[in-house]
Amino acid sequence: MKLLLVGEYREGRLLDITAELMGFAAAIGGEASLFLVGSAEEVPAFNGTLYLVDAKVYGEYNPEVHKQLLLKAVQEENPDLVVFVHSSYGWDLAPRLAASLKVAQVSEVIGFAGNAYEVGCCNAKMHRNVTPLTSKAVITIQAGAFPALQEGGTPVVKVLSTDVASTTEFVGYEPAEARDVNLAKAEIVVSAGRGIGKKENIEVIRSLAKAFGGELGASRPVVDAGWIDHGHQVGSTGQTVTPKLYVACGISGSIQHLAGMKKSGFILAINKDKDAPIGEVADVLVVADLLQFVPALTAKLS
Amino acid sequence: MKILVCIKQVPDMESPFRPNGSATWFDESDLAFRMNEYDEYAVEEAVRLKEQLGGEPEITVLSIGPDRVIEAIKKALAIGCDRAVHILEPEVASREPWQIASIIAAYARDKQFDLLFTGMQSQDRGSAQVGVLVAELLGIPSTTTLVGFAWADGVVTATRELEGGVKGKVRLRTPALVTCQLGLNSPRYPTLPNIMKARKKEITTLQAGELSSEKPLTGSAAFRHPEKKGSGVVLEGSVDELVEKVLVILKDKTAVLR
Repeated sequence: MKLLLVGEYREGRLLDITAELMGFAAAIGGEASLFLVGSAEEVPAFNGTLYLVDAKVYGEYNPEVHKQLLLKAVQEENPDLVVFVHSSYGWDLAPRLAASLKVAQVSEVIGFAGNAYEVGCCNAKMHRNVTPLTSKAVITIQAGAFPALQEGGTPVVKVLSTDVASTTEFVGYEPAEARDVNLAKAEIVVSAGRGIGKKENIEVIRSLAKAFGGELGASRPVVDAGWIDHGHQVGSTGQTVTPKLYVACGISGSIQHLAGMKKSGFILAINKDKDAPIGEVADVLVVADLLQFVPALTAKLS
Repeated sequence: MKILVCIKQVPDMESPFRPNGSATWFDESDLAFRMNEYDEYAVEEAVRLKEQLGGEPEITVLSIGPDRVIEAIKKALAIGCDRAVHILEPEVASREPWQIASIIAAYARDKQFDLLFTGMQSQDRGSAQVGVLVAELLGIPSTTTLVGFAWADGVVTATRELEGGVKGKVRLRTPALVTCQLGLNSPRYPTLPNIMKARKKEITTLQAGELSSEKPLTGSAAFRHPEKKGSGVVLEGSVDELVEKVLVILKDKTAVLR
C-alpha cells in the first residue's frame, strides 16, 4: 500500500504529532511519503519522498491553497491512502481533499483490520468498523492512538508551488490563556464533570479535593457552561496532568478529556453510567450518584 | 441576508446503546433524541447575528431524518430561526457523511445563502466532515471549530480552536460556511411564548431521494461496546459500602493515602 502522510507545522515549528503518522504507516505497513507545509530548515527525518510547501509563502492555515498543493502531491504520488491527524488542521483539510477526489473519508481512526478502520462513535462509548468503498481513501487518525516513530533518514525533497488564490485570510494566533492553577504539578487532582448537574455542586467536588489535599480540575462542559474558569480544564484544549491519583467525578470521558489525564498513576471514576468511556481508563469505576457518594467519601477522609 | 443552519437530532449520549440487527449502527428503540449539542451553538450564533442586524436576516433551519427530527426543528424555531426545511429520510442512519452533505448541498445550491452554520461534528457519528463537504460541494469558503464569530460588511472573522488552548483567527468573505465548537456562545433556552410563536412558523417537507441519489462512499459494521482494555474494577452497591471499598483500594494501591 502507498501512503501519503500529511504532516503538521505551526508557529514556525514542525509538530511532534507528525511522528505519529510515521507510527501509523509502520503499523499498517507500506511505502510512505509525506506532504508538509513547513520549512526546508526543519524537515522530518525519514527515508521517502517529502512534498514540501513553504509555509512562509503559502501560510500555515490556508485550506483552499493547501488543498490545491496536496492535490498536486496526490497526482504525482498516486497514493492508496492519504493520512491526516484528526486535529484542527487535519479535520479541516481532509474533507476538502476527499471531496475533490470524491473518495471515502474515515474520521478519527484508532485501529484497523483488513480494509476496515476502527473508529469510536456516540461520544466514544461505542466502536464500529468503517470500510471505504472507493479504491483510494482519506483517513484521519486519532492523536495518541498510534505510537510515535522517529524513523531517521533523509527524505528526497520535492518542492511544490501553486498560483491558486486564497479564499481565507489568516490574521494570527492567540496564545493560550495564562493559568492561575498549575494542575500539572499536583499529586492529586479531583475533577468535576457535567454529571455534577449545576454550578453550585462544584463546591461538593472542591470539598473532596480539599479533603484529599489535591487540586480541583474540570472537564470541558463544566468550563463551557461557565461553572469554573478555563484554568481548571483538563484535556487536549486544557492542561495535561499526571498526578498519582486522579478522581473523575461525573466525567463521561471524551477522547479530549482522556488525552489530558489517562497517564495518571491511579484513576478513580465516579459515574452513574456504567458504560461511560471513562471506565476504559479508570482503575476503579464507582457506579453511584456522585452527590451522595462524594460527600460520604469527603466525610470519611476529613 | 439569508442564513442556513443545519442541525442533526442525536440520541442522548447517556443512553445505553445496543447494535441494530445488522450491527451497522444503534437500535433506535427506547432511545430519547435531542438536538446535537454542537448544533445548539450553531443555532444560537445565527440567531445572535440576526439580532445584531436588527432582525433583517432570514434564518432557515434544516434537518434530515424521519419525523422525529421535527422536535429538534421546533426547538430551533423557538430559539429564533424563521422557517424550517425537514428533509424526510427514514433511512438517515445508513446515510454517511458524503450522502448527507450531497443532500444539503442540493437543497442549498440555488438558494443564495450568505452564511451557513453547522456544528463541527455530531455527537453520535463524530466524523466532522459534513459541514466542510457542503461548502466544498457549493464551492464556497469554509472554516471549522469556531469558538469566536463576528460578521461585518460581508466579512466573517472566525476564531478557531487549535490544540493546547491556542486559537487561530481567520477572515473569509461571504458566502461562507462555518462549523461551531462547544463553548462558542451560551445557547439560550426557548421561552414559552417563543415556543408558542414557533408553532406558526413554516416547516417545508422535502424528500431526500428527490434531492440527491449519491451512493455511499463508506460502509459501517460491527457497532459494539469497546473491548475493555484496562484491568479496571467496577464497584456497585450502597454508598457506605462503596466508600469503605474505595478507601481500602486507595490505601492499598496508591501512596497518597495513609
